[in-house]
Amino acid sequence: MRGPSFDHGDFHSMSMPAMKTEVSAVAIPQATAAAPIVTMTPKRAPRADTYAKIAKETAARVVPPLIVIALLLVVWELICRRAGSSLPPPSKVFKDTRELILDPFFDNGGIDKGLFWHLSASLQRVAYGYSLAAIVGIGLGTLVGQSVWAMRGLDPLFQVLRTIPPLAWLPLSLAAFRDGQPSAIFVIFITSVWPIIINTAVGIRNIPQDYRNVAAVVQLNPLEFFTKIMIPAAAPYMFTGLRIGIGLSWLAIVAAEMLIGGVGIGFFIWDAWNSSHISEIILALFYVGIIGFVLDRLIAGLGKVVTRGTAAN
Amino acid sequence: MQAYLKLDHIDKTFTRGSATTEVLKDINLTIEKGEYVSIIGHSGCGKSTLLNIVAGLTGATNGGVLLENREVNAPGPDRAVVFQNHSLLPWLTVYENVKLGVDKVFARTKSRTERDAWVMHNLSLVQMAHAKDKRPSEISGGMKQRVGIARALAMEPKVLLLDEPFGALDALTRAHLQDSVMALHQKLGNTILMITHDVDEAVLLSDRIVMMTNGPSARIGEVLEVPLARPRKRLELATNPGYLKCRQRVLEFLYERHSFVEAA
Ligand SMILES: Nc1ncnc2c1ncn2[C@@H]1O[C@H](COP(=O)(O)OP(=O)(O)O)[C@@H](O)[C@H]1O
Ligand SMILES: [Mg+2]
Repeated sequence: MRGPSFDHGDFHSMSMPAMKTEVSAVAIPQATAAAPIVTMTPKRAPRADTYAKIAKETAARVVPPLIVIALLLVVWELICRRAGSSLPPPSKVFKDTRELILDPFFDNGGIDKGLFWHLSASLQRVAYGYSLAAIVGIGLGTLVGQSVWAMRGLDPLFQVLRTIPPLAWLPLSLAAFRDGQPSAIFVIFITSVWPIIINTAVGIRNIPQDYRNVAAVVQLNPLEFFTKIMIPAAAPYMFTGLRIGIGLSWLAIVAAEMLIGGVGIGFFIWDAWNSSHISEIILALFYVGIIGFVLDRLIAGLGKVVTRGTAAN
Repeated sequence: MQAYLKLDHIDKTFTRGSATTEVLKDINLTIEKGEYVSIIGHSGCGKSTLLNIVAGLTGATNGGVLLENREVNAPGPDRAVVFQNHSLLPWLTVYENVKLGVDKVFARTKSRTERDAWVMHNLSLVQMAHAKDKRPSEISGGMKQRVGIARALAMEPKVLLLDEPFGALDALTRAHLQDSVMALHQKLGNTILMITHDVDEAVLLSDRIVMMTNGPSARIGEVLEVPLARPRKRLELATNPGYLKCRQRVLEFLYERHSFVEAA
């Protein structure tokens, strides 16, 4: 309701009499009687103005990246258009992948499927591995954050294990599971679990003593303490870990799928490379980037909703 | 004197690594049912430590606490605490903060609708019913403290423990809240143990004032009866000789005989 232009209403009223008439015309009557200077309720902005403002703000956000993208495409086109260039220019990428873009749902059996199926297979693996990591990570993180002995015992182990690159786990998990699907899920899990554990533990350790005292006086049992105090109090930290975790999951799945084969965006890229379909690789990378971005935003948005009350106090 | 709450030969020593500090030394105190007792002393002498021992949040090194002749050594809703910094859970609304305790304490004895009514009743007692759906971050410091008081009252504690409940508030808000607490005490007859470092507050509210010596090894230096009739009126007391005499006694204790020495 309050328009920024009238924030200094009293100032205007002194220096610009014309302004005052306009303003007092819309002031709330009973408030005017009490304190004329404070009551300069701003005129409500007309609807068209509001839309114009929103459009302007949107444009300010959308236009600069569009310009940069357009420029990059032009430069790319210019560089790669020469004959004998090892990478295709954007125009050729589009021409080559037209069918893949327009029909992402075809399924000719085997791995000859539309991009939708490859992406959804990858997302499914991420969903399994990441959910598992979230549950185990929050559980272990709580244990380590709550118990000094658990921390002393487990923390050094975590610090070493978390530095192992995701793909280094793959041969071991293939040996253990003897199958690509669970191995890929395990790689996702083991990659994304560490930041979740570590951030949760920090969050639990930082729960103010006051909240613990409140819980003690009210006599919450351990389960109630976990759900009613620990989870909400540590939620901002947990979501930091969950957000890092989802990013790592998506990084790891593409690499893992290149090695395990089958349906999945990682193997699609590898397959395209083997068949020298460079344009398809570029298209796949574009999709991988967009989905990674969306996943990150999703977790960030969820975190914002869940931690609404916790952050500010 | 009928002992309702009894602090029996309490010592408290903190040990941190190889360093030990004796904070409290041989604290003895008996409180009657319905009595309002204040503990006053300089900052750092161990008032909060003593209150936490009564609350069961900290263990005593020696001695113990008896409530109705039974030893208490774990926290519980029979000794509800109003914390200095309100300690409301920021992710819960005002209503939910009070409900948390009510749901636990009356899980078996009150139905869901009765518990809801009881929460609202206690919010009304502190004039906070209107803000029931607000979060702590949306209300003022004085209001938060009111909700803290409602949360404690709603547990129907045998003893209400207040740790400098008005310490963080501005003078006007503080006076307002003191009047509210006085009215509640009058109406409900709770047994109250309050920590304060404000002499006027102690004299205005208390039946007895317990004065603590400086730490380390703080003891109870003196206990002063406040023989002023209730209900007490802040403005009338300002010129009441009995009030002024009590005030003088506490001031002398704090600033002449046990003046605060800033630790180096
Ligand atoms: N957990 C603890 N470990 C070690 N020393 C403590 C601890 N809690 C309090 N103390 C010490 O005990 C003394 C009394 O503290 P406190 O009871 O908070 O004083 P007051 O409430 O009177 O200001 C202080 O010197 C403080 O440093
Ligand atoms: Mg204190």
